[in-house]
Amino acid sequence: MTSNASFENRLPTVTEAVKQLVAGTCTSESLVEQVLAEIRTRDDALNAYRTVDESSALEQARAADIARQEGRQGRMLGVPVAIKDVLNVQGQTCTCGSKILESYVAPYDATAVAKLREEGAVFVGRTNMDEFAMGSSSENSAYGVVRNPHQHDCVPGGSSGGAAAAVAAGEAICGLGTDTGGSVRQPAAFCGCVGLKPSYGRVSRYGLTAFASSLDQVGTLTRSVRDAALLLGIMSGVDSMDSTSLDEPVPDYTAGLKEDLSGFKIGVPQEYFTSGIDPEVENAVRMAIENCAKIGAEIREISLPHTEYSVAVYCVIATAEASANLARFDGVRYGIRDEDADDPVEMYRRTRAQGFGAEVKRRIILGTYVLSSGYHDAYYLSAQKVRTLIRRDFETAFDECDALLTPCTPTPAYRFGEKVDDPLQMYLGDLFTVTANLAGICGITLPCGYTGGGLPIGLQVLGPAFKEENILRVAHAYEQTAAVGKS
Amino acid sequence: MNDQDAKPGQDIDVAYVARLARLQLSDEEVATFQGQLGDIVEYIRKISELDLSDIEPTSHAHPVHNVTRKDGVREGLAHEEVMANAPSSRDGQFIVPKIVE
Repeated sequence: MTSNASFENRLPTVTEAVKQLVAGTCTSESLVEQVLAEIRTRDDALNAYRTVDESSALEQARAADIARQEGRQGRMLGVPVAIKDVLNVQGQTCTCGSKILESYVAPYDATAVAKLREEGAVFVGRTNMDEFAMGSSSENSAYGVVRNPHQHDCVPGGSSGGAAAAVAAGEAICGLGTDTGGSVRQPAAFCGCVGLKPSYGRVSRYGLTAFASSLDQVGTLTRSVRDAALLLGIMSGVDSMDSTSLDEPVPDYTAGLKEDLSGFKIGVPQEYFTSGIDPEVENAVRMAIENCAKIGAEIREISLPHTEYSVAVYCVIATAEASANLARFDGVRYGIRDEDADDPVEMYRRTRAQGFGAEVKRRIILGTYVLSSGYHDAYYLSAQKVRTLIRRDFETAFDECDALLTPCTPTPAYRFGEKVDDPLQMYLGDLFTVTANLAGICGITLPCGYTGGGLPIGLQVLGPAFKEENILRVAHAYEQTAAVGKS
Repeated sequence: MNDQDAKPGQDIDVAYVARLARLQLSDEEVATFQGQLGDIVEYIRKISELDLSDIEPTSHAHPVHNVTRKDGVREGLAHEEVMANAPSSRDGQFIVPKIVE
């Protein structure tokens, strides 16, 4: 079975769409109609979108077309975007994939959304996801599972599985996701598209419903590295509404894309080629590394010695922060409420019992446990200390390397039900992605081949904090060699 | 400090922790989570292999502290917009079950 036997992506990339809109060879209305038609054709099978608002999307598109006629400029003017259901878009529901927020309507725009809106983007719909972004398979949504467009009996990855599946299948031109431990990169790898997680503090988190505040970051799902660079340039920058966003200059990321890597030093961490890795994944990634060497990169073996502790550290820190962040969902100010309880505490307990799914409950309990009296130092404080060691590993590596190349995931997409009852196995699948969140660095994944069974394989490029230009350059240059190889 | 005495891996009591977390669980959920979270806690004990005596904790990826902004007046959300998401409200206030007898 060849990689694209089952479907053909008929949509343009963002870069192509912008070119056509500027040249006048298409209108935003026709583009949005095309996207809506693809959704109608394909989404009954994939369930990538949670909601699509056709009339609002067409209205926004017509407004963009009129604005263009009147001379308005905008880097995204008239380009349709799909938004993960955890980012607030004013006037649209924002369920976070949870029953507890099934009726919640966002009263404001997330900053990342507002910045796209300022550039003229059209918001078509909201993509399905693991509840509160907790999951690696999109099996934890209260609104049904998302299917992998390459093989419908396989998971699309998660938690941004809806956005990744929509972009890969040609139901969206681009999408926004969020990445706390790999939730943009891993589904991009499983579905065969480009997933970018910026450095912590690069993009404002305001309006992103918090899961783990010290790890969360808004990211992009696109079909090309150039598209990721374009979106990142729009969304980046300091925001007074998020005190963890940093006031660092925002370079022109698209201008930094080149076709060769001469003078670039790229590290290959040996700990990311462990015995558990799927041989087809390893082969594809090794070949991709060779391709990067052919276009000028200097490749060196390096070590990130504390990698093996990263999933354990992530389990402690992410769940601790989640247990605090999700305390707000108690049935008082928004969301559903249990009406039969006689006192407030009983109401909280019952509302949360009815509103949250199993994975969210598990993580709240684990997070509460590691923070509880008698256990805080042994688990939470120790995990924060190991986080320091993981961060230092990367600092040492980046003293001698401009970027690192690794597999994004140890295996390709797996079948539904394979890991959902064994949460520890599910968490261990995130070994290669959680490290970037713990260290606050940036990472991007892009396709580097297919398994014999037709499932995509993802190459991951990691770079120092606030050096997105490095990983975009490596990813773009590799992408060009792959495109040449294909033809 | 009590925290220092705690040994990682002591069995997690799911029913007790769920009460702390304001989460009602069925008996089946308690049983399932007890097994799953027991495995995960056991796995997390890996951390205790490392000598962490001289290591500073990282609570945040980048060293920024005490971020402030100008204390200026700005428009917030309108009261009605905020209340629009409330499951139960009256006269612009959230209704909750009776707290004091």
